[in-house]
Parts: sequence; C-alpha cells; structure tokens
Amino acid sequence: MKLSGIPATPASEITPRELFYQRRHFMQLALGGSTALLASAAFGGEKLASSLSEAYGLTDKLTPLEDVSQYNNFYEFDTSKEGPAKMAGRLKTRPWTVSVEGEVRKPKQFAIEDLLKLAPMQERIYRLRCVEAWSMVIPWLGYPLAELLKQVEPTSDARYVEFVSLHDPEQLPGQRRAVLEWPYREGLRIDEAMHPLALLTFGLYGEVLPNQNGAPVRMVVPWKYGFKSAKSIVKIRLLKQQPTTSWMQAGPNEYGFYANVNPEVDHPRWSQAKERRLGEFLKRPTLPFNGYAEQVAGLYAGMDLTKNF
Amino acid sequence: MNWKTLGDTHLRRLKPLVFLAALLPLGLLLTAAWQEQLGANPIEKITHNTGYWTLTFLLISLGVTPLRQLSGVNWLIRLRRMLGLFAFFYACLHFLTYLVLDQFFDWSAIAKDILKRPYITVGFAAFLLLIPLAVTSTNAMQRRLGGKNWKRLHRLAYLIAGAGVAHFAWLVKKDLSRPLLFGAVLAVLLGLRWFYRFRASRLRRSYSSV
Repeated sequence: MKLSGIPATPASEITPRELFYQRRHFMQLALGGSTALLASAAFGGEKLASSLSEAYGLTDKLTPLEDVSQYNNFYEFDTSKEGPAKMAGRLKTRPWTVSVEGEVRKPKQFAIEDLLKLAPMQERIYRLRCVEAWSMVIPWLGYPLAELLKQVEPTSDARYVEFVSLHDPEQLPGQRRAVLEWPYREGLRIDEAMHPLALLTFGLYGEVLPNQNGAPVRMVVPWKYGFKSAKSIVKIRLLKQQPTTSWMQAGPNEYGFYANVNPEVDHPRWSQAKERRLGEFLKRPTLPFNGYAEQVAGLYAGMDLTKNF
Repeated sequence: MNWKTLGDTHLRRLKPLVFLAALLPLGLLLTAAWQEQLGANPIEKITHNTGYWTLTFLLISLGVTPLRQLSGVNWLIRLRRMLGLFAFFYACLHFLTYLVLDQFFDWSAIAKDILKRPYITVGFAAFLLLIPLAVTSTNAMQRRLGGKNWKRLHRLAYLIAGAGVAHFAWLVKKDLSRPLLFGAVLAVLLGLRWFYRFRASRLRRSYSSV
C-alpha cells in the first residue's frame, strides 16, 4: 500500500524512548502510579537499526509502546493480558538458534546473531487484529520471511511452513498448565509464507522485541488474526502436508488453519464485524484481510473463505 | 455481648459498614480509572471487573443461608437483602458498561448480540431475571407476595447465578479456570442447601413418627 505524504522517519527517531518514558514516568509519578518503572524494567531497550519501508507506511495512529508491551496475549507466560509483561524476565533470548528443516535442500541451524544480519532490517507499520476483536498499529522491525526461506532452498514438496515456539516451562511458566498443547505451533501455506508482507520480526519501536512480544524472533502476518503470528520461534519446518496448529487442536470449529481477518465470518461465539482499536472509544469496522486485501486477496482466489476460515 | 445474637442496635451500626465495604470494588475501579491505571483496554477492564463483582456478590448473597446454618449466626440473614441488591447494582453497572462504553447504543449490534451470541443471551437473561428480585426485595413487597411465593420467586437467584457462570465460561477464549472456580463455589452452596433440606425433612419425619 503506497501512501504518499508519510514522512519516511522510523519510529525510533520520532520520540527517543528515554524521553518517551521520562514523560510518562513524570506523569505517572504525579498521579501516584508506578507502572512506568515496571515497564522500563521489563524492557531490554537495545536499539535495532533499520530503514523505514515506505511501501509499508500507514496513516493510522501508532499504538503507544506502553500499550503494545503491556497488553499481550502470550499464553506461554500467562493467560491474562498483563501477565506476560510481568513474567517476561524469565525468558532468556541468548543464546538462541532457529532450526530450519523439512522439505528443504539445505537445512540449517541459524544463530540469532546470524538471523539478525541475514537481510536488511526494515521498519514496517502494520495493523494487528486480534481474534478477540481488538486491534493495534505497531511499527515492527524485520524482513520478509522469504529471505530466510530462500537460503534453505525449499523443495517442490514444500507446500506448508510450520512455526514451532519455544517449549520450556522453566522460562515459560504458563506452559505448566495445559491451556494449549505445547509447544505452540502455527503454520502458513508456502505462498502465504513467501508473500512480501509476511515479516520475520526482531523488533518494534526501533528496539529489539520485548520478551512479552515474542523475542527474540517472531512472525508477523498482518492480514491474519494475531494468533497466526508465532512468537519466540525455535523451529521452522517446511512440510508436504498442512500442519495442525495448537489453536486448531484447541477448538477445531472456532480456529481454522487460514484465520484470515474477515468481518463476514464471525467467530462462533462473537462477531468479527467490528473491532476496538486500542485507544479509541467507538468500535471501527473490521476490514477484509485487515485492510491488506489488495495485496493478498489473490492468494485465495476461488476459495470459499467461510469454509476455509 | 454474644456475637451470635446481635441486637438491633449493633446491626444498625454494622449495616453501614457492610454497605461501604460492598462499595469498595467500585471505589477501587474509579480510583484506577482516575489514575489511568486501567491498562491498554480500559473498557474491557471495566466490563470484566463489574462482571466479576456481580458474580461475587451473587455468590456471597447465596452463601448467607448455608453460612448461617453452619455457624448458627442468625443475624447474617439480615444482611442478605443488601448483598443481593449489591449483586444487582454491579449487574446494572456491568450492563451499562456494555450498553454505553462497549456498544455505545448501537442497538442493531446489541440486538444481534443478544439473539446470536449465547453468552450474551444467557447474560442478558440473567440480568432481566434479577430485576423482579430487586423490585420485590422490600418488606412491603415481601408481605404482598406472601412468604411462600416470595421464597419461590427468590429461588431464581440460583438459576441467575448459574446463568452468570455460564455467561463467563462461554466468553473466555481458552482458560476456564476462573469461571470454573465460580461454578465450583456455586455447586458447593447448592449442595449445602440440599443437604440441610434433606436433613430437615428427615428430622421432621422422625419427629412425626414418634
């Protein structure tokens, strides 16, 4: 989506993080709060260089960093929204390797340091639409997953990609309960995975990912509901058959493999027609493919999206 | 002073304290709102919070009779109306949050929700059923209905609490632990009630056979 008139300034340069937090801290001290201290403690704050990808700018107002990093669905830590940020300190993101394997000619274990250098880091402002009918706008840092997949040379049998997240109840205390089947598994069709919008993501707001947002590496697939974007990935497998994801196991009639954002297809228990953009009062209508229809609708030509939800 | 048999004067002093304690959750919520401590999604937080306290007060008011039977502290019954009305109070706040903050009077969306979303259907029905209980909570209405009818009507509280638990369980995405906890407490309270009723009827029978 090419939008003219957007300044090509990475979010990291708009307001320095320190200043941002100082202001917030001052305001919250004045109000007698203390969450700003917690927030900065849970934050690595390591800068990550990038260039803003103009083609992926958005006029939507950004969701403040504090909300992005304090309101998370990350059941590996906790099922509440505030829990992940509180527990995230337990996760160690170094050393970290991602194994890329399966239907590929050159399977390889990538150290996170090498992944960070594998392709130029871009800043992309994406909408994030949660299946729970709320949404955010986040400046992510990463590069297309296709860059990584090209390195391992998928075979012609590679029709699906599966993402496996870290399974370690010591670091991820939420995994002590069988809320979902661990490890968390997600998946994409190969053409979805190769789509330039599908971002292998390492940072947000100009810095490395906070742990509670899926550090050190996660997927961001902006035209699908948030749960499709696996966090803290340790394994990427290329497969012949469509993988069964954790959410498909949890509720086969509620969560399908595709999970494209679709205002026409309701969740069996609630409507998906509208969403609450965090920070806004009135709900706004949800857009087909979360507003990315122009880029991705072609992937699903001829498919019945009410059946393939 | 025997605390098991509290006189009218002491009860008159106790009641305002219970009243204030029951307002505490609202006070804390308003304070958090004032200090902008409601997090990234304040509307969701207010909805969940008022829903939580509705269920909690429903269960507390349903706990009065079993607790009285277990402890022999009879004056507890004289707090029950206030506790039940607080359940209604928080239910009203919960419903108003949905109506005003969440949907902002989007009547067609609300109608669809009530008809199509089982958790809303059940929750809304429970709210409607609370209204006759609140209306008939006065002494005058109790007299007008007569003790037996009044009791029969107010047994709806169990159905309402069950509907409330179902409403909660139906809306959570995956983690059922909190709704199940409410459900377990409700089951224990119902179980106690049945136990006492069973024992009372057996006692009556053994007396009549003497």
